[in-house]
Amino acid sequence: MTDYLILRVTAKFLIPLILLMGLYVQFHGELGPGGGFQAGVIFSAGLILYALVFGLYRLTQSIPVFVLKVLSSLGVLLFAGTGVVAMLLGGEFLNYSLLAENAVTGQHLGIFLVELGVGITVASTMLLIFAVFADQEGHD
Amino acid sequence: MMIELIVNSVLLLFLLIVAIAVVCLRQLLVSVMMFGLYSLLTASIFVVMLAADVAFTEAAVGAGIATVLMLAALARLPAEKEEARPRGQFWPLVLVTATGVLLIYGTIDMPGFGNADTAAHRGVAAQYIENAPVETGIPNMVTSILASYRGLDTLGEVLVIFTAGLGVLLVLGAIHPAIGSRLNSQEGQSSDTQEQSG
Repeated sequence: MTDYLILRVTAKFLIPLILLMGLYVQFHGELGPGGGFQAGVIFSAGLILYALVFGLYRLTQSIPVFVLKVLSSLGVLLFAGTGVVAMLLGGEFLNYSLLAENAVTGQHLGIFLVELGVGITVASTMLLIFAVFADQEGHD
Repeated sequence: MMIELIVNSVLLLFLLIVAIAVVCLRQLLVSVMMFGLYSLLTASIFVVMLAADVAFTEAAVGAGIATVLMLAALARLPAEKEEARPRGQFWPLVLVTATGVLLIYGTIDMPGFGNADTAAHRGVAAQYIENAPVETGIPNMVTSILASYRGLDTLGEVLVIFTAGLGVLLVLGAIHPAIGSRLNSQEGQSSDTQEQSG
């Protein structure tokens, strides 16, 4: 795969744009279409493209599978943790209104954290599944 | 309105053709690509219905990641083909046709397309439309519903994704210890010993 010059040059041009698009969808989800789920998928798609063109080994060198496992759990923890913090502040589970002094600000903060958690889990889990599937003997 | 009808009809016709092609084609690789095309057509239909968020998800997940994962899974299959031509396809055909007729019969009771008087539109939807921008201060109503009003649902979805990843890792790591240990080679001894014992 690494011998295809045009593929490599095009991928190098596209990957930063895809990752940027993923971040845009993540942090712009409040205003436009999209959110953590779509952002995570797009972000992982960019990294999967990298793995397809330059080899899985180089991807797992920069992002070890161990880190993906931790990130995958961290996103769920961030989501559920936001809910638990709301509970500790005296509200219901996932009631973001109590996260800040102003209810609207609290909702903003809560939704931002929750979407971030979704994005982190989705992106790392997709990469993890791809890495497990794509890693096989006698194929590079 | 007329244009929308034509666009919808054409897209649904393409969807039907692609769906039949996915079933009929014998090469798995072509089937996977057609399945990606199916998702892309579905996403287009969602765009026509002005459901941008759903279309976005369908295009990214269905046409993007799912296709890549299917291709990665295909690459793991053995090279030799298994020509399976099962006999006695009559009764399965009857069963499938009967199920299809029942499903179509079930759609007769469904409310008309885009009907505003249905229970779904008269229930909480009106409250969401009225309150969501005020209560959350977020212009995209879909985000505020998914992340705030139905936060527990979304937490469940994230857990599903997490569990799927966990399952794939456990199953493929356990069946092929070499894969697990090669992937884990950077992370130290602890998981290697676990996989050897498992």
